[in-house]
Amino acid sequence: MRRYFTRKLITYVVAFFVATTVDWAIPRLMPGNPVQLYLTKFSITTEAQYAAIQKLISASFGVNVPVWRQYLDFWDGVLHWNFGLSFYATEPVTHVVFQAVPYTLALLIPAITLSYFLGNRIGAMAARRKWLDNTVLPVGYLFQAAPYAWLALAMAYYLAVRYRWFPVDGGYNPGLIPGWNWTFVASLVQHWFLPFLTVFLVSFGGWAIGMRNLVIYELETDYARYLRSLGASQRLVRKYAYRNAVLPQLSGLALALGVVVGGNIVTEVVFQYPGLGHLIFLAISDEDYFLLQGIFMFIIVGVLLANFVIDIVYVIVDPRTRLSMQGAPA
Amino acid sequence: MTLKVDDLRISYRTLRGDVRAVDGVSFSIADGEIMGLAGESGCGKSTLGNSLIFLEGRMKHVGGTVELDGANLPIADYNAMNRHRLRDVSVVPQYAMSALNPTRKIGRMTADLIKSRGADYRKVLEEFKRRIDLVGLPQNVLNMYPFELSGGMRQRTTMVISTLLNPSLLIGDEITSALDVTTQRAVGEMLMEFRDRGFVKSMIVITHDLSVLAQIADSILVMYAGKLAEKASSSTIVDNPLHPYTQMLIGSLPEVGLRYDEAPLTGIPGRPPSLLNPPTGCRFKDRCPFAFDKCVEEPPFVELRPGHEVACWKAMDDNAPARTEAASQGAPASQGAQS
Amino acid sequence: MSINTGPPTAAGDFAGGLSPGPIGSPILAQSVGVAGGAELAAVAPGAGGGSFGGGRRWEFLHFALRNPKLMLGLGVELIFVAVAIFGPLLAPYSPTYHGTPALHPSAQHIFGTTSPFGTDVFSQVLYGVRDSYVVGALGALFAGAVGLVVGFAAGYRGGLLDEILQLLTNVMICIPQLVLLIVISAYLTTRGVLFEGVFIGVTGWPWVARAVRAQTFTLRERDFVDLARLSGRRAVSIVVKDIAPNMASYIFLVFVLLFASSMLVAVNFDFLGLGPTNGLSLGDIMNQSTLWSALELHMWWWFIPPGAALTLMVLALYIANVGLDEVFNPKLRQT
Repeated sequence: MRRYFTRKLITYVVAFFVATTVDWAIPRLMPGNPVQLYLTKFSITTEAQYAAIQKLISASFGVNVPVWRQYLDFWDGVLHWNFGLSFYATEPVTHVVFQAVPYTLALLIPAITLSYFLGNRIGAMAARRKWLDNTVLPVGYLFQAAPYAWLALAMAYYLAVRYRWFPVDGGYNPGLIPGWNWTFVASLVQHWFLPFLTVFLVSFGGWAIGMRNLVIYELETDYARYLRSLGASQRLVRKYAYRNAVLPQLSGLALALGVVVGGNIVTEVVFQYPGLGHLIFLAISDEDYFLLQGIFMFIIVGVLLANFVIDIVYVIVDPRTRLSMQGAPA
Repeated sequence: MTLKVDDLRISYRTLRGDVRAVDGVSFSIADGEIMGLAGESGCGKSTLGNSLIFLEGRMKHVGGTVELDGANLPIADYNAMNRHRLRDVSVVPQYAMSALNPTRKIGRMTADLIKSRGADYRKVLEEFKRRIDLVGLPQNVLNMYPFELSGGMRQRTTMVISTLLNPSLLIGDEITSALDVTTQRAVGEMLMEFRDRGFVKSMIVITHDLSVLAQIADSILVMYAGKLAEKASSSTIVDNPLHPYTQMLIGSLPEVGLRYDEAPLTGIPGRPPSLLNPPTGCRFKDRCPFAFDKCVEEPPFVELRPGHEVACWKAMDDNAPARTEAASQGAPASQGAQS
Repeated sequence: MSINTGPPTAAGDFAGGLSPGPIGSPILAQSVGVAGGAELAAVAPGAGGGSFGGGRRWEFLHFALRNPKLMLGLGVELIFVAVAIFGPLLAPYSPTYHGTPALHPSAQHIFGTTSPFGTDVFSQVLYGVRDSYVVGALGALFAGAVGLVVGFAAGYRGGLLDEILQLLTNVMICIPQLVLLIVISAYLTTRGVLFEGVFIGVTGWPWVARAVRAQTFTLRERDFVDLARLSGRRAVSIVVKDIAPNMASYIFLVFVLLFASSMLVAVNFDFLGLGPTNGLSLGDIMNQSTLWSALELHMWWWFIPPGAALTLMVLALYIANVGLDEVFNPKLRQT
């Protein structure tokens, strides 16, 4: 088990390192001068203004300082949770990001967990019942094949624009003042529902198909045969098959995170839902590089943390990782 | 009679038709008898043995009956058979080493199994521990996961679990095949001990290895190409086989203590016939050195000497007097299928 | 974005390949990097197939032609490929044609027109299919190439190289593909189709590497590899001539999935406006539609058809994939 965790931790540390470096390096590798770019955004009228702002921006970008120093400064910022000022919001990046995070989490966490648990259940049932199998499989594949963008657009169009059951964009009714009262919360939920549904549906199909295949496999293993030969009830055999099939699904969850995060971005953009994805879009449109850098780091840290949590749960659930010499797969 | 099998036929469904793996087999086993079921790969012995407890996948019951302790064993009906599994008939499978759920502790799994069969685990637990001890496994096995045990340990555990509720009949499918010679002996002795202590009334030990059977089995049943070739007590089979196939099987065994300078070990040239469309007549005739014109007709499985049944025209000719005697004494003329 | 979800039909050794049994898993595998399965997804081009007169290939062909899923998926896909090749030639209008804006679908404009320039959506979709295929193919090619090399190297060599490559693979997996793509592309002012293909490839290989590695591991233990090693052949030669051919069916399936997944990623990516600055892919069409408020203006014909086309293209690949898996994997064939 120690070996298992050591490997995981090393992976995460290295990933963090690589991500941070990429985040820092990319803007500097790109053609063009970011400082100039920023300067064009300001409406500057006098020479003095120009000089002053240029000094400020250059300092922020650290162009006056040797490259390795810039790199270390960036790390300093990362570790202190300081990503500079967001141009578009004229607020510290961290501030802007933190405002968006709850929306994204509210979207992702229910969508992922619900699709995972429901998908597994239905997939396992589909493994046994032909009629369910014949519906779950095609539907699952269809949702998996649908791009997030398209599904989101379709949902937005039919359920929000055409039938007006749900609002089409935003996080809440702009006419309301945020507060912990029913109207506001209800509005939040209304605006949340369609994006949630989109992310949920796409993931759900995949889990269901995966679980179905896994359960079918487990039901044909030697231990399942043995139990049946000895007259064990179908319920017992199924219970064992399910428990064993969940393990690879759990590992899969860690991997699926990356995909869902990406899909989430697209969905938020379609619905203009004020989460991190929407923020990324704004950052790109406004060429707000500090903001982009900050969001990227946030997402990376979030994904790594989530991965780690899943690793812990996996160890608890699979005795082979705990006790055997091999450790969990990769 | 513990077990009585009458004209049993089991086939496999395949894309190209039905393979007649067990094509009319009749025999019986008495209380306390360990019967070895021998033959080469594909002869139907595994199918025969397994059909008595679990018809899986593509196997289908085409004909014949099975009686255990006087009552009919509904092998074709999965649900009806469930009552009998583990309690009356049990099996130690060929895949015993991977027969245990890897993510469940052994004690827990057995508890689940016993409970699901409607028995009280607490009552069984004491006996379980005693038998674990008996086969030489440490007590904490119950608290371990299968992957923490070696292959041999897992096999012994499976044997204990399979016989926990003292079944009348135990079917052992190639349980010694994956073991080294010393362990084979240990397992063989374990089987005999189980029988001697009454954990199991009678056994069918399926293997292609006659030497193991010679040690532990009371009687040996030799199968070839889906049909019975010979059945007799093991000493008779080893010392005095009548069927040419059995003779060649025994002859292909090396003998302890003898050194051959130049004589090669004789195998049996050729291959068994396809069971998709089995040939008429004696199925061994193409490989038999003694085949003659009568062999185009299928020989009946008859008792040529007391307690010694053979399906071979040549053997019948050689033992004609005994046969007519037996016939005149009213013994059943044939117990095998007439094609 | 790679497959939109992805529980892998994985089983057993997650680090491994696809899930056991039905390679339907591959679909999932891709997002999920595939688990177990590799071993199971039996690259077992096992059944010698002499019975059908002429070896394995004939047996595969025999089953392939009779597999409904494969035939259906392949058929639909071929239709789209034909569209990709001939579509632009047969398009009723040029994609930049300016006409009456915001027209509903009609006989003259099967998918209506856009607003405010009145370009024919149907023609745009025809061009878009081609662009999407090109990017998808490029992405699949690069991701496949990198994944194969990494997977073979790690699987065959083992040891330190394996550890390092595994670390690299795992690190890449931790970083969400689309996010990485966004961050990289956001700073570029001009982007070409080749760039997009390369980027998708360079960020989408990890699951391939994992799957290939697992398969290579199992094959490496086989006797024929030992023989090749003993006879002194070089590693690369052994991998290329002995191991790869035995994994051929598996690799093929992997590429099919890669193709599908690259197209999906590209669509979502283009939709965000980060696609190639020239060219017009299906994602670009959808992007344009949102830029011009098609959603609020109820101009569903602008964004539904392109997305639907891509969904079908990907769906056909998935179905074909499942069918193909059944063909290669005798155990899965239903009789």
